[in-house]
Amino acid sequence: MTDSNELIRLSAAALAAKLAAGEVTSVEVTQAYLDRIAAVDGQVNAFLHVNAEEALAVAAEVDAIRAAGGAAADELHELAGVPIAVKDLIVTIGQPTTAGSKILEGWHSPYDATVIKKLRAAKMPILGKTNLDEFAMGSSTEHSAYGPTRNPWDLERIPGGSGGGSAAAVAAFEAPLALGTDTGGSIRQPGAVTGTVGVKPTYGAVSRYGAIAMASSLDQIGPVSRTVLDSALLQEVIGGHDPQDSTSLTDSFDNLVAAARTGNVEGMKIGIIKELHGEGYQAGVENRFNESLELLKAAGAEIVEVSCPNFKYALGAYYLIMPSEVSSNLAKFDGVRFGLRVLPKEGPMTIERVMGATRAAGFGDEVKRRVILGTYALSAGYYDAYYGSAQKVRTLIQRDFDAAFAQADVLISPTAPTTAFKLGEKLNDPLAMYLNDVATIPANMAGVPGLSLPGGLADEDGLPVGIQLLAPAREDARLYRVGAVLESLLEEKWGGPLLDRAPELQAPALDAANTVGGSN
Amino acid sequence: MSADTILSFEEAMEKYDPVLGFEVHVELNTKTKMFSSAPNVFGDDPNTNVNEVDLGLPGVLPVVNKAAVESSIKIGLALNCKIAESCRFARKNYFYPDTPKNFQTSQYDEPIAYDGYLDIELEDGTVFRVEIERAHMEEDAGKLTHMGGAAGRIQGADYSLVDYNRAGVPLVEIVTKPIEGAGSRAPELAKAYVAAVREIVKNLGVSDARMERGNVRCDANVSLRPHGQERFGIRSETKNVNSLRAVEHAVRFEIQRHAAVLDSGQPVIQETRHWHEDTRTTTSGRAKSDADDYRYFPEPDLVPVVASREWVEELRATLPEPPAARRKRLQADWGYSDLEFRDVVNAGVMDSIEETVAAGASASAARKWWMGEIVGRAKTADVDPADLGVSPQTIVELNGLVEEGKINNKMASQVLDGVLAGEGTPAEIVEKRGLAVVSDDGPLLEAIDAALAAQPDVAEKIRGGKVQAIGAIVGGVMKATRGQADAGRVRELILEKLGVEG
Amino acid sequence: MAAINRDDVAHLARLAHIEMSAEELDRMAGELAVIVDSVKSVSEAAGEDVPATSHPIPLSNVFREDVVGHTFTAEQALSGAPDAAEDRFKVPAILDED
Repeated sequence: MTDSNELIRLSAAALAAKLAAGEVTSVEVTQAYLDRIAAVDGQVNAFLHVNAEEALAVAAEVDAIRAAGGAAADELHELAGVPIAVKDLIVTIGQPTTAGSKILEGWHSPYDATVIKKLRAAKMPILGKTNLDEFAMGSSTEHSAYGPTRNPWDLERIPGGSGGGSAAAVAAFEAPLALGTDTGGSIRQPGAVTGTVGVKPTYGAVSRYGAIAMASSLDQIGPVSRTVLDSALLQEVIGGHDPQDSTSLTDSFDNLVAAARTGNVEGMKIGIIKELHGEGYQAGVENRFNESLELLKAAGAEIVEVSCPNFKYALGAYYLIMPSEVSSNLAKFDGVRFGLRVLPKEGPMTIERVMGATRAAGFGDEVKRRVILGTYALSAGYYDAYYGSAQKVRTLIQRDFDAAFAQADVLISPTAPTTAFKLGEKLNDPLAMYLNDVATIPANMAGVPGLSLPGGLADEDGLPVGIQLLAPAREDARLYRVGAVLESLLEEKWGGPLLDRAPELQAPALDAANTVGGSN
Repeated sequence: MSADTILSFEEAMEKYDPVLGFEVHVELNTKTKMFSSAPNVFGDDPNTNVNEVDLGLPGVLPVVNKAAVESSIKIGLALNCKIAESCRFARKNYFYPDTPKNFQTSQYDEPIAYDGYLDIELEDGTVFRVEIERAHMEEDAGKLTHMGGAAGRIQGADYSLVDYNRAGVPLVEIVTKPIEGAGSRAPELAKAYVAAVREIVKNLGVSDARMERGNVRCDANVSLRPHGQERFGIRSETKNVNSLRAVEHAVRFEIQRHAAVLDSGQPVIQETRHWHEDTRTTTSGRAKSDADDYRYFPEPDLVPVVASREWVEELRATLPEPPAARRKRLQADWGYSDLEFRDVVNAGVMDSIEETVAAGASASAARKWWMGEIVGRAKTADVDPADLGVSPQTIVELNGLVEEGKINNKMASQVLDGVLAGEGTPAEIVEKRGLAVVSDDGPLLEAIDAALAAQPDVAEKIRGGKVQAIGAIVGGVMKATRGQADAGRVRELILEKLGVEG
Repeated sequence: MAAINRDDVAHLARLAHIEMSAEELDRMAGELAVIVDSVKSVSEAAGEDVPATSHPIPLSNVFREDVVGHTFTAEQALSGAPDAAEDRFKVPAILDED
């Protein structure tokens, strides 16, 4: 039996191997994570709900199948018995789904998201639901109605957002894997600031059915993990065509794990995007970025510079398209069919006024801001200038990517301009907050895949820096191939995973490890 | 609510020229909904024909029903429209509790069908061409029931109940271009247009087309302008006028109301009106707060529908004979006069007669039964003749009994009542009610046959319509039976025998 | 492009069905003005000839066959409803008393 502290630090791939070899049981692994959650989540607040009972039941089922052997054991998925955490934007039967919002407090979905069905089919125990900015709107997880998640590297700092809960859970060894959603960087930017790996697959590579929509044409579910290979394994579990999502691709994405195991970048052309580094990027971020370029060059890759001149419009166009879709997607939260209903304090009790009071009480400031902004951008007389123009910018960004990928196999940039900032630092400055996503947004606008992996620690603050890789649409495999190589070169340089250098989280009390159960 | 002043229709027509426009919503009869796999069935228990998509639960996504797209293309083709090579869905954003997502997935600037026309034949045979602007795909809303307050009206209700069974049912909305030049025939044209659309979608088999169930719903736009003026007047839109009669009445009422408003020197208010069948009037509808700004944008959860020319032609090849052409053919086949045929059409029994002929009756017998017996009963029962409950087989059987002389026409009428009362088949009812021509008539009939054979020239006269000549035959029979026969009964039997109506 | 003011926000809040206090309207107007200003460049970025992109990965004719799938029972359908009666969702009156 492996020591539980050692167990939780293993990668998902290593855990899977141990489970398959019978060196450890899924119940032991799942319990070790539940114990870790009980011990540290009071400080991190990565989880909104812990699903101990069901997770252990699934783990026990996997163990029983393995113990019995035979065909059923042989047919188990490679990741069977490996636990996972799920961003609370994805609906699950048997657990509440809140989207980080008061308006859905206590709501239980009567159906499972497609990705959840796939996790269940692979028999991966679901540890619980992770915190997020309300309806995934934010870059710090401070906009959650259930309190902010904290960065395991420094509990006074943000874990990124919107998927700060999933990234922090993985970084704090509360889960080996997690699901995130990425509309403008919500998987990759939290990955960058927590020293973890996060991937936004090609738009349509993973079904969106059951992910509560923020901006339909930009949203994508993707993996969160501690290693590039683990993300590849997870994307192969959750990906694939879904007839319930009309934007789901029929292409096969089953070459990702193989790509992560290729371990070779020789002869590949890697393009630096001129517009996505330099001015506005923290010095420590730039240094780690340049270091990665040197390593890749030394490994035989050719580094070229590409220009994407229209990326400068990406943030502006994003802040028109995203809120427009948000304003429509969030209209269903009205207190009629599900969720919160708030009655007006005074005046006539009409449904119109009940909707108004419900949405006023149920939505936080950032959600209201975006709904109003989107309502404005779509309203009569403004559509062409705002939404219409932004859709044209989308075309320009795609053209920039096309031109860049004519010169390079993958593109590279820092994932975020800075390392993790302090809680509250940008809360009252929406524009400054939006700038965090400047490097991640172009991929969503064009639908291309992007991966963020740890690039080291910034010299000035000792906090993680993320390196982003971008590939052409449908070429997710390239991300895993280059990402895995860069990861191994960096780890070789560091002498181990970056997360080994994260400070130990101290359990508030020694016996806390024995308490398992729902937080919040 | 004060009653609107109206002008007489004749005076309104003297002073003003009406311009019409129609938006007809057709519910398709696909097995499933427009964007979800829940069943599209009318009248089931509330909230049982729904799944997460129809309720608009968080996280759901729509997927387009291919059959609904094909039905829409067929409707477009039948309306002589062009079919868009590529078109998209759009979201129409407004908050209303019968709309689960608080937006309706519809089509905006890219309808699947556009630029068509429909030739409408009025009762006197005049043909009027109505130009079709577009036909687009969308989804129906749920059903609200207003509780408390007066008679299910929205005004004064305490609360409302929502059933989402209808939410997501596929709709095609057919929009006309402004219809000019109808003049005083505007109300008649309105009725005829909606009837024609209903007939087309029913004939295509894409809709059950039952107006009483809301399968075909009409919003009627009316505006008036002084004769000679080119510019359109301000229009009103009367919503959900859901029977053919109501369409005619609503257009007539709005013309009269507009005329009175204009006559008083006031401007007509551009607004939604509600039709009230009980008073045959319209009242002002309350504008929705966001009615003027639906913030349409392309539905990001759906991808474009590309109708290849091959696909369109494949669908065109499946179209049934258009109703107007079919009418011409049937009239010729049946040998009805124009007047007879028009009466049949106006009575709404053309389909029934076709089925009855197909079941084995002659065209004239079928007409006799439907027009002579069933239409009147249907009117009394206030249902469509076809819905009265008389099958074509029943009529064939009934007609056969008469032709075989087993029952006479009077009896047949009683048998029909029995059928409607659920007493069984005609033969069973004849048996049960003891309606067969009584055997006591046997000797009489023999005497009649003999009398007729003895005076063939008189028999011929009676057959030719000279009923007064019957006295000679009756006399012959009375003589042969030594005056023991009932002269009235004898007369009846002679006429029946000769197939002449007394 | 017009700047966004308090009245605009009040109108938009009505369209979006979000009740807002006077203080909230003021604050939102200030914040939105800054954001709207920052996205201004977008409307000048692309010329007339640039087509709009609404889907990042173009697809067409994604259809479902007309085959009945699963449904909820009324109880399941209403399981998350804030209020219900007679197997239906219950909502307050739709119109004010006239």
